[in-house]
Amino acid sequence: MVKKQPEDVAMNGDGAIAYAWKQIDPDVCAAYPITPQTIIVEDFSKYVADGAVKTEFVTVESEHSALTLCAASCSAGARTFTATASQGLAYMWEMLPITSSMRVPVVMAVANRAVSGPININNDHGDAMAARDTGWLQLFAYNVQSSYDNAIIAPRIAEHPDVQLPILTNLDGFILTHAVERMTPMDTEDVKKFVGEFKPVCPLLDFDKPTCHGMLDGPDYYYAHKYQQAVAFDRALEVAEEVFREFKELTGREYKLVDEYRCDDADYIAIILGSSYGTMQETVDRMRDAGMKVGVATTHVYRPWPEKELERVMKGKKAVAVFDKHLSLGAYGPLYPEVVAAAIDLDEIPKMYNFIYGIGGADVGVSLLMEAMEKVVDGTADKLNYVGLKI
Amino acid sequence: MSTLKELSELPVKLTSGHRLCAGCAEPIFAKQILLGTQRPLVVSLSTGCFEVSTTVYPYSSWNVPMIHTAFGNGAATCAGVETAYKSLKRQGKIKEDVNFVNFAGDGATYDIGLQALSGAMERGHKMMYVCLNNEAYMNTGIQRSSATVMGADTTTSPAGLESSGKKEFSKDLTAIMVAHNIPYAAQASPHNWKDTVSKAKKGFDCDGPSFINGIVPCPRGWRTPSDKTIEVARLAVETCVWPLYEVVDGEYALTAESERIADGKAEQKPITDWIKTQGRFKHLTEERWAPVVEDMQKQVDRNWEKLIKLATN
Repeated sequence: MVKKQPEDVAMNGDGAIAYAWKQIDPDVCAAYPITPQTIIVEDFSKYVADGAVKTEFVTVESEHSALTLCAASCSAGARTFTATASQGLAYMWEMLPITSSMRVPVVMAVANRAVSGPININNDHGDAMAARDTGWLQLFAYNVQSSYDNAIIAPRIAEHPDVQLPILTNLDGFILTHAVERMTPMDTEDVKKFVGEFKPVCPLLDFDKPTCHGMLDGPDYYYAHKYQQAVAFDRALEVAEEVFREFKELTGREYKLVDEYRCDDADYIAIILGSSYGTMQETVDRMRDAGMKVGVATTHVYRPWPEKELERVMKGKKAVAVFDKHLSLGAYGPLYPEVVAAAIDLDEIPKMYNFIYGIGGADVGVSLLMEAMEKVVDGTADKLNYVGLKI
Repeated sequence: MSTLKELSELPVKLTSGHRLCAGCAEPIFAKQILLGTQRPLVVSLSTGCFEVSTTVYPYSSWNVPMIHTAFGNGAATCAGVETAYKSLKRQGKIKEDVNFVNFAGDGATYDIGLQALSGAMERGHKMMYVCLNNEAYMNTGIQRSSATVMGADTTTSPAGLESSGKKEFSKDLTAIMVAHNIPYAAQASPHNWKDTVSKAKKGFDCDGPSFINGIVPCPRGWRTPSDKTIEVARLAVETCVWPLYEVVDGEYALTAESERIADGKAEQKPITDWIKTQGRFKHLTEERWAPVVEDMQKQVDRNWEKLIKLATN
């Protein structure tokens, strides 16, 4: 039985994350401004200034130092959060795999923004995709509510004793970071209880048991340590499902590894990330009204990659359209090959299409998505398609 | 100040058996620094010789907690641990007073890590940053850094038919650190353990960030016999190439041999005395490079005079 939830509030995505962090009250937060993330650290710094949190708030001189400070602080035994976007995430890149290999559950919100150049502050997924292979768990939000919920769910997955990996919570720049939506917060007491006390593993500041963090590995140990990370990623799938179940019991809000909309009886489905999941739902409704059996699914949990769930969603479909807000130049969008790999064990493999869209903030409207999906239904789409490209 | 015998009886933080070269000054100097505090200590290491040689998994030379993340961010790493400590201490989850120190080479300090170092010093983390300055990127095979002195032959500033080695003077990093208005900054040398241990203690005891820049001869890079390390370090001080001084809350004071030279109790030796001990300057003994040696001497004298003015104001 879900208890009564607090009154709904109007918030933008950044503000919702800062509010979730206030409720969690981490030990340490490193902050460096970058559009469109900045509201998170601005709002949070106000909570610090008002004494609403106990957090040590460090205004570092760069994103590289932001993530360094987080990795070290978390290794030392403190629950540690930060936020960034685009160039900031790129500047952190060196520290991304290091943080993961140190097995510290740092939580980082990423306000997804195109990566320079040319310089562009608008939304796409180039930043998160460039961080894909660095050993971070990744969640994608699709509205302000899920941006808030992911912020509360993330530490639970990352800090699980079997996981101990850092986590990115993605939300689309401007579309979610700055747009005000109605959402239902949780009681602070419930958030604190749900997230729980931080229980560091072998913290640096345990002087009775001195430990070494970040040592040099030869080839054998390096490979073995990477494998241990891979095992933790596999385990994170089950952990995420357990955490989602618990979250639903508490709030009534249901999340899955792969969230889906009208997929059950669909012949054609789209697979899409982030806020476009909502736009595609509207597209699906209109196409259903016109008699086309379409649906949409989103990998809410993007890392670890929920391959089995995707396989189940794609089973029996005639075609799958994979929408990518990033392009691996000279190849495909990054989602496409992984979705294809998830489909190859099916007895009948659907037709697989790739649609590049929304690059550098290019407009993503229902009409554009509908045009793309109609080509999927009538089989006239190319293997690789560019949606809304103006030349 | 403790006696050498008393210091030798203190718990060993960095054990023997590490993989640094014979004659390397880094562990000698680091051990002197580590004697500067008896509080619980966390050691942070920037990538470099000192790091790779003391933390080869599954072995460690450290009897105290150690953390390493990357090359250009030792100051941010150390600051991260200090921040966690501050938070946990305020919450009553840690009781004891703890010291934090980051060791980094000159490449990690003067070059790639300067931004992170500047940030950490400006923010006032209560930590010590120690530069193990061997005046080049020794871990990657003796490439020039902005700490390399003029005239040195390195693998990226080689002496040749038309080159006298590194063309530029080295950066005055200690002055840059002093400009951060930190409570304690100093230059030290492993040949004078007493001076170094006393400076380390002041750094650890001060209420804020501290910085110690140590000259640490590298037998491989400086082309010196491994039993001459201490002698070469001493000569750097006696020639005023590497003056010993400290800056406490902005007040400059020369120490040890440098103080005696300034007071006229000892002679400043010519830079040639230092140059001739090292293979990296071997080409400078050729007649055609005499003007370079003159320039080097002039630069040493200019810096020395400037320092004396600062210390006697």
